[in-house]
Amino acid sequence: MNKVNLNLKKRKVISDKIFKIGATAAGTYVLVVVVLIAFQLVSESYPVWEEEGLSFITKTDWNAVEGRESFGALPYILGTLTTSAIAMMIGVPLSIGIAMFISDAPPKIGAPLGFLVELLAAVPSVIYGLWGLYVFRIYFRDWFETPIHNAFGDNIWLFSGNPYGLDILTASVILAIMIIPTVSAVSREIMKAVPQQQKEAAYMLGATKWEMFKLAIFPYSKTGLIGASILGLGRAVGETMAVTMLIGNATGIGAIPSSLFGPSQTMSSIIANEFVEASPASIHMPALIGIGLILLLIAIVINVIAHLLVTRMLKIKEGAINN
Amino acid sequence: MSSIQNRRQEYRSLFKQNVAKRLLVDKIVRIIVFSCVIIAIIPLGSILVEVFKNGITAISIEFLTDTPGSVGSGEGGIGPAIQGTLIIIGLSSLIGVPIGVMSGIFLSEYGDNKLAKSVRFFNDVFMEFPSIILGIFAFLIIVLVLGHFSVWAGAFALSLIMFPIVARTTEESLKMVPTTYREAGTALGLTKWIITFRIVISAAKSGMVTGILLSVSRIGGETAPLIMTILGSSQFFSSMDTPMDALPLRIWRLSLLPYDSAQLQGWGAALVLIMIILGINLGIRYYFANKKKYFLQKFD
Repeated sequence: MNKVNLNLKKRKVISDKIFKIGATAAGTYVLVVVVLIAFQLVSESYPVWEEEGLSFITKTDWNAVEGRESFGALPYILGTLTTSAIAMMIGVPLSIGIAMFISDAPPKIGAPLGFLVELLAAVPSVIYGLWGLYVFRIYFRDWFETPIHNAFGDNIWLFSGNPYGLDILTASVILAIMIIPTVSAVSREIMKAVPQQQKEAAYMLGATKWEMFKLAIFPYSKTGLIGASILGLGRAVGETMAVTMLIGNATGIGAIPSSLFGPSQTMSSIIANEFVEASPASIHMPALIGIGLILLLIAIVINVIAHLLVTRMLKIKEGAINN
Repeated sequence: MSSIQNRRQEYRSLFKQNVAKRLLVDKIVRIIVFSCVIIAIIPLGSILVEVFKNGITAISIEFLTDTPGSVGSGEGGIGPAIQGTLIIIGLSSLIGVPIGVMSGIFLSEYGDNKLAKSVRFFNDVFMEFPSIILGIFAFLIIVLVLGHFSVWAGAFALSLIMFPIVARTTEESLKMVPTTYREAGTALGLTKWIITFRIVISAAKSGMVTGILLSVSRIGGETAPLIMTILGSSQFFSSMDTPMDALPLRIWRLSLLPYDSAQLQGWGAALVLIMIILGINLGIRYYFANKKKYFLQKFD
């Protein structure tokens, strides 16, 4: 009798152990994948680092012709940074405005509007590209780019170049629209995390709504809002399809951003455009993988910073509620 | 006497000026903030209107079921693309959902240590990895090793996008189940895995289903990782080792063609894709709006 009981107990412990090991393995899967990705990208892009050295990052050539291969990633790094920066300049203020409106509106108005803004995130990137290519580009070119070019194009280098619609500015505006749902949703959560007492104290001092935001909400949520914006930056940096369809896809020295109305190329778009045609035997594919590696490093740094800032902010919120 | 009154008057007018100015600023900010919302909603409206308006003229039974015709002819349809999207969603779920769910169980049930903390952090960061990097990764470890494009490579790449989302939502919904449920299970002498699968998961089902569907709607529109894994094709699915088509890939390829007929077909494919994805999103929303009350009541 005793023996049977003991066996039962043993089996229980073993099945639980297996369960625990299974769950832990699934949990560590993400760590394994991250390490493997980093390892694969480094080892497969090794030929290009060997061939070009660190000058791969600073060179502007892009020549895949056999025998004259020469690759440099600088134009695409600059392209990514420029489009993302412009997208941030347009998207972040809009998103913070949206977050202010929704966090403050009564739930009956705020919730549906917030849902509509979040639906922007559900639209696939390739449909943004399609819409940008056939609809937005036409209006934007005729109503914004051409008049601006005609007015300032000869004097300000920013607006030089013939506006055709497939350019840095169009791609950046589409990117800005695409980061709005992310940034506004996180900013809204962060603004809601500001303790009610802070807001009430500001109102008690006779503040108007805007002054309440200035006195209570912005100082309290500054870190988190910066984190939310950086999260949007991470999105913009990694975005591929819509940018590929709109940026004009220049290569080599022509891809260095020189004017808002000129074509360029980002890191992700050159990979999307050329990866399938590149031969694994030549240095072309390692060069593209090398660009992927640079993109990955930039994305990791941006997202780690953003998550540290955002989670710190939301932790404060939990503490404030518990106390 | 009069000097005091004068002074009062003066103060009053100063006060009014001050308040009027502040109220004006407040009103302007309100208008700006509201117009931000409108500016963000205009593109959404425009996208939906254009996709429906242009797409509906392309849709027909043949368009939905035929293989693509010769380039620029405007004939044929997107049958292989629809089929491919469904296949790739199914296969990625097959890989991604079990891993995601188990990972979520780990985070929620065994999530009180350093390992879980770093898993949680890397999950969040991994979720934001550029999807094209995941495509390169799948290409390097599957396509390059096998020597040909493979449906499994595409499914693997998309499962990498899927599992962190599933893990995250599973963790959140498992954590909402009260500890007393688990304690009741322990008191009955059940093992932990039976408690988890039979009690905790059945209580947290609706949240988990939401997460899975959300991740499906996310990968349904992914294009970048598919370029270098399943490549795209104009034939129906024949084997796991040949290129396959998918809706987002088809839209991209059509958009590169200079013909009006290709543009029209692109809109048609976009309409099908957006119906699938927004359908899932709105469905979840509707289901959850009704379910949430019930869910909360159950635990009160």
